[in-house]
Amino acid sequence: MSDATAPAPVPPKKVNRINLDVASYRGSKTTLCAGCGHNAITERIIDAFYEMGVDPKRVMKFSGIGCSSKSPAYFLNPSHGFNSVHGRMPSIATGALLANASMLGIGVSGDGDTGAIGIGQFVHLMRRNLPLIYIIEDNGCYGLTKGQFSPTADLGSKAKNGVVNDLPAIDTCALAIELGASFVARSFSGDKKQLQAILKAAIAHRGTCMIDVISPCVTFNDHEGSTKSYAYAKDHDDPVGDVQFVPFFEDISVDYEPGSTTAVTMHDGSHLYLRKVAEDYNPSDKMAAIRLLHESSSRGEFATGMIYIAPDQENFLDAMHMVEKPLAFLGEGETRPPKAVLDELMESLR
Amino acid sequence: MSSPSSSVEPAQVLNQTPVVNDFTIQVATVNGSGSQTANIVILRAIFQMGVPVSGKNLFPSNIAGLPTWYTIRANHKGYVSRKKEIDFCVAMNPETAQEDVMSLRPGAAVVYDEQLKLNALRSDLVFYPVPFDKIVNAVTTDAKLRRLVRNMVYDGVLSHLLAIDLGEMEKALSKQLGKKPKALQLNMSALEAGRKYSVENFQIQHPYRIERLNKTAGQILVEGNAAAAMGCMFGGVTVVAWYPITPSSSLPETLIGYMRKYRMDKTTGKATFAIVQAEDEIAAIGMVIGAGWAGARSMTSTSGPGVSLMSEFAGLAYYAEVPGVIFDIQRVGPSTGLPTRTAQGDILSTAVNSHGDTQQVMLLPGSVEECYTMAAESFDIAERLQTIVYVMSDLDLGMNTWMSQPFQYVDKPMDRGKVLSDAKVKELGATWGRYKDIDGDGIPYRSLPGTPAPAYFTRGSGHNEMAQYTERPDDYVKNLDRLARKFDTAKTIVPAPVVENAPGATVGIIAYGSSDFAVLESRDQLQAEANLKTSYLRLRAYPFTPAAEEFIRRHDRVYVVEQNRDAQMFKLLRMDLDPALTARLRSVLHYNGLPIDARSITESITAQESAR
Repeated sequence: MSDATAPAPVPPKKVNRINLDVASYRGSKTTLCAGCGHNAITERIIDAFYEMGVDPKRVMKFSGIGCSSKSPAYFLNPSHGFNSVHGRMPSIATGALLANASMLGIGVSGDGDTGAIGIGQFVHLMRRNLPLIYIIEDNGCYGLTKGQFSPTADLGSKAKNGVVNDLPAIDTCALAIELGASFVARSFSGDKKQLQAILKAAIAHRGTCMIDVISPCVTFNDHEGSTKSYAYAKDHDDPVGDVQFVPFFEDISVDYEPGSTTAVTMHDGSHLYLRKVAEDYNPSDKMAAIRLLHESSSRGEFATGMIYIAPDQENFLDAMHMVEKPLAFLGEGETRPPKAVLDELMESLR
Repeated sequence: MSSPSSSVEPAQVLNQTPVVNDFTIQVATVNGSGSQTANIVILRAIFQMGVPVSGKNLFPSNIAGLPTWYTIRANHKGYVSRKKEIDFCVAMNPETAQEDVMSLRPGAAVVYDEQLKLNALRSDLVFYPVPFDKIVNAVTTDAKLRRLVRNMVYDGVLSHLLAIDLGEMEKALSKQLGKKPKALQLNMSALEAGRKYSVENFQIQHPYRIERLNKTAGQILVEGNAAAAMGCMFGGVTVVAWYPITPSSSLPETLIGYMRKYRMDKTTGKATFAIVQAEDEIAAIGMVIGAGWAGARSMTSTSGPGVSLMSEFAGLAYYAEVPGVIFDIQRVGPSTGLPTRTAQGDILSTAVNSHGDTQQVMLLPGSVEECYTMAAESFDIAERLQTIVYVMSDLDLGMNTWMSQPFQYVDKPMDRGKVLSDAKVKELGATWGRYKDIDGDGIPYRSLPGTPAPAYFTRGSGHNEMAQYTERPDDYVKNLDRLARKFDTAKTIVPAPVVENAPGATVGIIAYGSSDFAVLESRDQLQAEANLKTSYLRLRAYPFTPAAEEFIRRHDRVYVVEQNRDAQMFKLLRMDLDPALTARLRSVLHYNGLPIDARSITESITAQESAR
């Protein structure tokens, strides 16, 4: 190389507000099936974290077991990740976030990992309102074990081998609202715009963000008669209204008619604009949110969008009243009481 | 100061050699009747008089209405394990009174409610009928209070009959109830009324009495679970997740009290800890592993059923190499078995807890002091080895009251293990791999989330040195072999056994945990009664250190004493030993749910020795 000639100008790399390019948010190459809805969700996660300008070193990724739970390996390579055991990701995430409450947690689960083996931990996670983005990649079946029904499979849905599901589905969104999650949404892996907006809003929220994403399994559950196929999802997606998210760092004013749109101010100063489809729909009304879910499912559809949000509800980490410095980094000066304390205890036992 | 009226009593003992500071009192009551205060007062008063003492609560799995027994052993030589024979019985429970009396050995004394007419049952015992109702009715008119202070009346009677200083009893009572002046006054009246009745009505016909000694000066009385809680606090625990289970609950509950008092800023209310009552033991261990993975000192406390539930996660922590501490306060059996009875029954299952090839590190505290020291040390060991450390206590150690020398302040700097520092990141650069054995001790370097160190993706067993997913056979074997190497390193880190080689002894005893006290007494019995000199090795951890094998090599026969049916430690030793030595091992087992006693050990060893 010679210094004589100046190098050809390289077009400036597109970066986000913390000067990272989108590649900094990618992970390893996916090993899921081509066309799997989960891969589309992975892309949305990458984009949402990139666009929100989240430092990947400030993120912890969690998952349980299943196809869904492999996906944290496919995004945010610079973040620590923990692929734990089946159905128990919530407890791992709870412990890790207690150890370091300054981190942003994202967990990816599946419908079996959440609705079957993990229903107990799911229930208590929602109840605690732990600040965690909890995504269910929901395809109504077990992929890794070859297509058995999961608890979110709809009554009457047909498996690839012709078996008809004879049990009603668990509605994870209704359950999450009932149990205390402060951010509940449902989306479809094929709805790029809506899912992206929901994920960005979730990044801005401090509390459990339960996001159920219908994510068809192209190998075991994408046939005629399945209620979780691409075709069925496209035909029965029932958006509750447009979701528009404006982060606090973007100076955008949104024009909206007060009667037709609900504006929600998030904890970090971001704004969420939810256009109403129904006159009386209020996304911070638990009863209305649960009614909406039931009405939609009784029509054979599934409501998508921002179903319920309570931006100021107390979360589990705040309720612990921990010192500012993460517990993980406290040294003996901070965690070992002085000898006088031991002396006092010994005296009380004499 | 009340007088122990010692000038009267010796003359009243009829034709018997006095038995001083060497007997066992058993109080039979109904649980939920509030007898605990009365029993602790007797225990403390004897302790304050300088006489070595221990208290054991034998209670049912029930809130109220079932029989419960409290045993107090006073012994001038300092023997504090359970003694089989009861010398002095307080029969307060009509349901069990007959059986309680029938099981006494001849010559024992019985204090009982006169309505029960127990004196008709046997002619070879000393009976002291007490009209409890009449005495209590004179103390208070309130029916509810009468029920509560009833037990304090037998304390007063015992104060006289056993020459336990009334002043010491009152001191012990005010230690128990000092913060409740009304209750204190009422109980004092009952105590004095009981004593007065005894003095006026009973001629002492039994030989047992307490006399002041100087063998408890400076010592403390404490339960193992409280001691362990202190160890956790001074060991710097930051994340605790637990689920209620007998006999473990008092450990985290005591810890919560300590942490709120000593680990929370008084002005801001900010805590240097987080304690979560989880939804079950699986969630509890999940939180412990999550917290340990992220860099916190984390622990849970449970018992055998909880450890069983935790075992899948235990395997993950073994392979993912995550530190954490599990206290197993061992008890008998699953479900509604005998959750309130003691055992050392989880040794074998915990040593290999989980599926696949796993090896687990266990610490074996043998006293309340070791509950404290090992609790503190367990966090260092867990972080050094990046694995779960099990502290194997039991109900007898954890929930019963033991004497101890006061605990020493933990001033050893904490060992946070091989965590990648900025300097280490620079030194290792791209050669760092999460599961790479850089130092040759099998222990890799880990990085923590939220630090500048490079991240890695954590999984179960399917990873290579760089923490990348792999199913290659050679990667798997390499990883397993390194984990085995790490377990070898553990032998140099865990507490070494305590060994006492008696010169010329051909017989050795190996024991661990709460069996220690009974073994100490049994060795004296073997020497005195069978002229059998024994050496003694007390195990304090698994994996075993070479000292165990050396000890067995040094003796012709070695008795492994333990509190389970299946000779669990004996089997673990056999698995690890030079096969030529295994024939030297014998087993002494005790598994009836009661704490092990010296006599059972002595009888078993004597029988096996004479059958040779």
